Amino acid sequence: MIIARILGTVVSTQKDERLHGKKLMIVRPINVDGSDTTGYVVAVDTVGAGFHERVLVVAGSSARLAQGLKDTPVDAAIVGVIDTVDVTTP
Amino acid sequence: MQLARVIGTVVATVKNDSLEGRKLLIVQTLDKNLQSIGKPMVAVDAVGAGVGELVFWCRGKEASFPFKREDTPTDCTIVGIVDSDNHVTR
Repeated sequence: MIIARILGTVVSTQKDERLHGKKLMIVRPINVDGSDTTGYVVAVDTVGAGFHERVLVVAGSSARLAQGLKDTPVDAAIVGVIDTVDVTTP
Repeated sequence: MQLARVIGTVVATVKNDSLEGRKLLIVQTLDKNLQSIGKPMVAVDAVGAGVGELVFWCRGKEASFPFKREDTPTDCTIVGIVDSDNHVTR
């Protein structure tokens, strides 16, 4: 899983029917110190995360295992809103 | 599977129901000389590892296999603790 920050939302009306009702977010992977990396991922939100929150993103086929995403065509899902990140060793 | 050092913890109160009760740790992947390579990842703990320990983790869909009876959305899971740094022969 990676840590990411929510940058925005995606609206799509015409989509696979199994994606109906799913919230799509644009997220950017960030480092453990909170600094941004480059690039972005469109991820399905399963937890009700909001703009600019730090979230946990699971990628690949495991994303489908999240509750509510069974058999959906998804390869990135937001599965948690991060409260704290504690790194003790650099 | 790859060797890694547990370097921190992540706390997420709001998370997908299927991750309820799971411990989240930050792992830094290591090469055969136990030097850091790549960026740290967030891993689900399946073996009771702690910060500072040398572990090995697996990625991809197989990462959810330790929690096979439940559907756990993880693409990075700690599946073993290395007894000590001296037990890595190179």
